[in-house]
Amino acid sequence: MTGRAVTLLRRPRGSPWPWLTVGLLAALVGWSARGTGVEPAALVSGEAVGQMWAYASRLFPPDLSAPVLREAASGAVETFAISLVGTGLAVVIALPLAFVATRTLLFEGILYAREELGWRRYPRIALYALAKGVLNLLRTVPEIVWALIFVFAVGLGPFPGVLALGFHTGGVLGKLFGEVLEDVASEPLEALQAGGASRAAILAYGILPQALPQFLAYALYRWEVNIRAAAILGFVGAGGLGQRIHIAISLFLEHQLLTLILAIYLLVTLVDALSAWLRRRIL
Amino acid sequence: MRRPRPGVPSGGIDLKAAFPHLFWLVFGAAFVLSLWVAQVDPRLLVAGDARANVARFVRGMFPPDLSPAFLALMARPVVETIQISVAGTAIAILIGLPLGLLAASTLTWSGILHERRARAARALGFVPYAAARGLLSAFRSIPEFVWAFMFVRAVGLGPFPGVLAIGVAYGGILGKVYSEILEGVNPRPLETLQAGGAGRLAVVVYGVFPQALPAFISYTLYRWECAIRASAILGFVGAGGLGQQIELSMRMFDFHEVLTLLGILWLLVAAVDAISGLIRRAVVR
Repeated sequence: MTGRAVTLLRRPRGSPWPWLTVGLLAALVGWSARGTGVEPAALVSGEAVGQMWAYASRLFPPDLSAPVLREAASGAVETFAISLVGTGLAVVIALPLAFVATRTLLFEGILYAREELGWRRYPRIALYALAKGVLNLLRTVPEIVWALIFVFAVGLGPFPGVLALGFHTGGVLGKLFGEVLEDVASEPLEALQAGGASRAAILAYGILPQALPQFLAYALYRWEVNIRAAAILGFVGAGGLGQRIHIAISLFLEHQLLTLILAIYLLVTLVDALSAWLRRRIL
Repeated sequence: MRRPRPGVPSGGIDLKAAFPHLFWLVFGAAFVLSLWVAQVDPRLLVAGDARANVARFVRGMFPPDLSPAFLALMARPVVETIQISVAGTAIAILIGLPLGLLAASTLTWSGILHERRARAARALGFVPYAAARGLLSAFRSIPEFVWAFMFVRAVGLGPFPGVLAIGVAYGGILGKVYSEILEGVNPRPLETLQAGGAGRLAVVVYGVFPQALPAFISYTLYRWECAIRASAILGFVGAGGLGQQIELSMRMFDFHEVLTLLGILWLLVAAVDAISGLIRRAVVR
């Protein structure tokens, strides 16, 4: 990135593109702001701020009584568990799909440079397209819709949350894993091949050692995202802090709500820190 | 007899080497416990009821509702979703940029820019740094969903609370990433500028910003793609856009509409993907 520095500044004097783009973006922002009722004047002064302040003051002080703290704690543990198992399930789903959704593993590239696949290419290409399609489907359906589907299927509680996170994140991780597999450095692979290694050996000793740390890093990153998602899925009945928050809102228990929000904040901060620490140790 | 290794107390455990094993042990234990806490029961998936329900759900989705009346009705929510994402990202930049600048240690109290300053001056620079970090942490550690329903409570239903929610939550994320980009900048050009006699401001403007700008733009565009997806979901709590429509259709059990809406969402995300790629190529080359 540092090599590609100074772009807007170094363009040939006459080039209109960067300024056109900026102008278009500014127009887009202005149009969006008007369409959603965001008025800069109203934001900085007056009604909106007054309303937000009034609401915020209703939340304080947080309800720190024992039963509420117990609920918050159990909710936090449940959310943590949902995110952990959900991310684990996602990895289990993503791995096989990612391997099949990689051209360079199935029918192209170094692994197949030595032999002609002939007609056997076509079923492989079909398989590749199928895997990509499945990953796309898993990714596009938002977690919350998956959660609703699974609540239909297995009932309320944390389990549908686990499944929802697993399926959706499985699609996301599958795509990320696939990119890692395709972007693997080719020199070690060529060296192994020159030494006469079989395809399986090239995979095991050339591709995997490069890919696995990156897989783990992506999984940890998605864990950070999933701890937030797990908190939210509870809104549709999938357990954890989200479910308790939904109850607190519906019953207008504002002080309990603040306690639960503080619990989410602490939980998310904890998971972010854990994930960052683990990632530093691997890479 | 173990050959003595430098840095390892003889007779003790080598923590560094044991770490991967420790990690997997702890992870395995946590995972098994979590399976129990999360009430994971795969048998529920294959129970008679479950399969029938899911089959009914999936079958009920086809064919998608492509009637002109419905599609025309969905035009406004689609536009709203786009607008929420753009306005939200804009506010996020407005919040994230100043806070991100303050939260970069190399800009406020440590590193090259501040080597020559007195201790007291540096300590003073630490205060806004810590405050900015704390604020960013609070903004980004509360999921945008939670921000959204708080804003809905505060300013009412519609797209406005959605914009605010994305603005605050993504402002926190952008601020943190901006500060990391600023801290990760290559120090050599800065040293050169400083050796040439440039003042602190000049070093920042001519040394730090040109390096940071491409990464800023790239990540902000990526956040915009996330914002489109988030705008759609926030509708579930009444913050307008496609999400609100999906929630309505689900509540009315009209799964044909749900499938159409999911299809629209997919098209929207793909379009944003393409546009952001175009912008990236036009501005950052």
